[in-house]
Amino acid sequence: MSLIANLFGHSPIRPMQEHMRAAVECARQILPLFEEMVAGDKAAIAARRQEIDRLEHEADRIKNEIRSHLPKRMFLAVERRDMLEILDYQDSIADVAQDIAELADMRGMVVPKALAAAFLDLVRRVLTACEQAERVVNELDELVETGFRGREVARVDQMIAELSRMESETDELEERVQRLLFGIEDELGISAMFWYQLIDKAAGMADYAERVGNRLRLLIAN
Amino acid sequence: MIDASPLGIPMILWMAGALAMYMAWAIGANDVANAMGTSVGSGALTIRRAVIVAAVLEFSGALFVGGHVTDTVRKGMLDMQLVQADPQLLLYGMLGSLAAAATLLAVATSYGLPISTTHAIVGAIVGFGAVALGVDAVNWGKVAQIVASWVTSPLIGAVLSFLTFNLVRYLILDRDQPFEAARRVGPFFFFFVTFVIGLVTLFKGLKNLNLDFDLPEAFGLSCVIGIAGGCLGSLVIRRVKRASDGLADTRFGGVERIFVVLQIMTACAVAFAHGSNDVANSIGPLAAVSAVVREADLSQKAPVEIWMLVIGGIGIVFGLATWGYRVMETVGRKITELTPSRGFSAELAAALTIVLASRLGIPVSTTHILVGSVLGVGIARGIGALDLRVVGRIMVSWVATLPIAAVLSIFFFYFFKGLLA
Repeated sequence: MSLIANLFGHSPIRPMQEHMRAAVECARQILPLFEEMVAGDKAAIAARRQEIDRLEHEADRIKNEIRSHLPKRMFLAVERRDMLEILDYQDSIADVAQDIAELADMRGMVVPKALAAAFLDLVRRVLTACEQAERVVNELDELVETGFRGREVARVDQMIAELSRMESETDELEERVQRLLFGIEDELGISAMFWYQLIDKAAGMADYAERVGNRLRLLIAN
Repeated sequence: MIDASPLGIPMILWMAGALAMYMAWAIGANDVANAMGTSVGSGALTIRRAVIVAAVLEFSGALFVGGHVTDTVRKGMLDMQLVQADPQLLLYGMLGSLAAAATLLAVATSYGLPISTTHAIVGAIVGFGAVALGVDAVNWGKVAQIVASWVTSPLIGAVLSFLTFNLVRYLILDRDQPFEAARRVGPFFFFFVTFVIGLVTLFKGLKNLNLDFDLPEAFGLSCVIGIAGGCLGSLVIRRVKRASDGLADTRFGGVERIFVVLQIMTACAVAFAHGSNDVANSIGPLAAVSAVVREADLSQKAPVEIWMLVIGGIGIVFGLATWGYRVMETVGRKITELTPSRGFSAELAAALTIVLASRLGIPVSTTHILVGSVLGVGIARGIGALDLRVVGRIMVSWVATLPIAAVLSIFFFYFFKGLLA
């Protein structure tokens, strides 16, 4: 067999982007999920959870495929360890979305009126951050194309800075929802604890999105 | 003394010619795919066109520059003064070397093992030389130089491709308007490659065509060729359209489309370079056999006869047409990761390295140089994933090819000696 033909391995770049797309698609389901939770539509919530499960499995499948194609003998344009770490963060976005859907479905949670608006604001902002992270990951092939140098790097750096800014905004929104929650915790009883968790998880997705960006920045720098 | 052979001169020449033809066929069938496969893989050329283009350029490479390495294979590795005493031995040995290399090649191919025809023929000649003619008959200095070049040439390819890719990055990819930059710079790459290959070919290189250019003449003529190449490139590049599908493509889609054109040019250069180096593996021994049967002065610096280069060229083209296109298809399918800009960088480096080696009369492995060049782009972080097992396989094929070819050629030497003496 030809040496040249065997020289080329599967580049993980495109699968990484596919994985991110699947993970962010999971996250995107959270907004309609919360709208359904505001409306208290249990059947819709259950259906939504199934959809999120399906997307999360898809992300897992891509993740495993990437891992099996990254043996140590491969010489990669991006550090193998960095790549796997980014992959883990991406996967966490999908995992957390799944956790949220699970809790919402199992406990049949209906969003308290006092929280609804602020909560949806938070989720929207989290999604913006996730989508920004997706855009950053989508720049990976352009980064390889330019060999991780120059203008393209500056461009991506800027996008990552923007991502960080978005994440800080979610922190503020998270605090606002939490304050509202503490204001009504006596009425909610034990539910307050689960609401606290849901808020925490939703905001957590933005954290993972930011980590994807930060890890990528390190990867570009070395 | 030749007339004493039971088979007679024509028969011996026919035998050598047939073996050389087989070698050339095998080279065309297996190796050419490496030169053109990249362009097929990136969709720059259809298989049909790639075969036609490769055929023309392999043949020209063999015809114009193939003589130098052929000289080395014919008489550079053995001490011709010693051989002159009993030229019959050289005849058996060169026939044996052809048979050994051909056998090894056939067996390796049937097992799907990648071996270099260059290594096979060099191992074979050194093998029979050392055993049948005596260790002193081998020109060890020259052999050492050749073996050293097998290490240095892929390294040179890697360094050149690393530099080329960085140049591409600096001049094109890292610009505000990479598409426009590529359009501007592209023709100069055309000029550069055709100029260098022209210069290497023309400067004191065409003696077998009775053309002898000194440096100013060669330089001037190469400039003309280079400018013609640049103009041609400019015409073709101008026809490349910018991305029309906008967001669906990456922002470098248009640039890569320009590199598709540039890569066809470098693939042609590699095919030319390949023809200029590898044709010698088949016709070098044939030239030696022919010299012996015509009782020529073996150490004399006789130009390689055109008819042999033509035989080698035809053999390569024939191998390409009967089998090579299939290999090309496989190679092309497997190297889609090599985008045109990277393929261009690697091939430019490989073509220059090979053609320079050809001009210096050094038989090198074009495949190994191409592997080195691709790794050079990889080191510049230009390629997603490269499988480093290939480097190990190259080592293995070295260790396996040289001694086996040597042993086989010793066996065939005694076989032909028994048959013909």
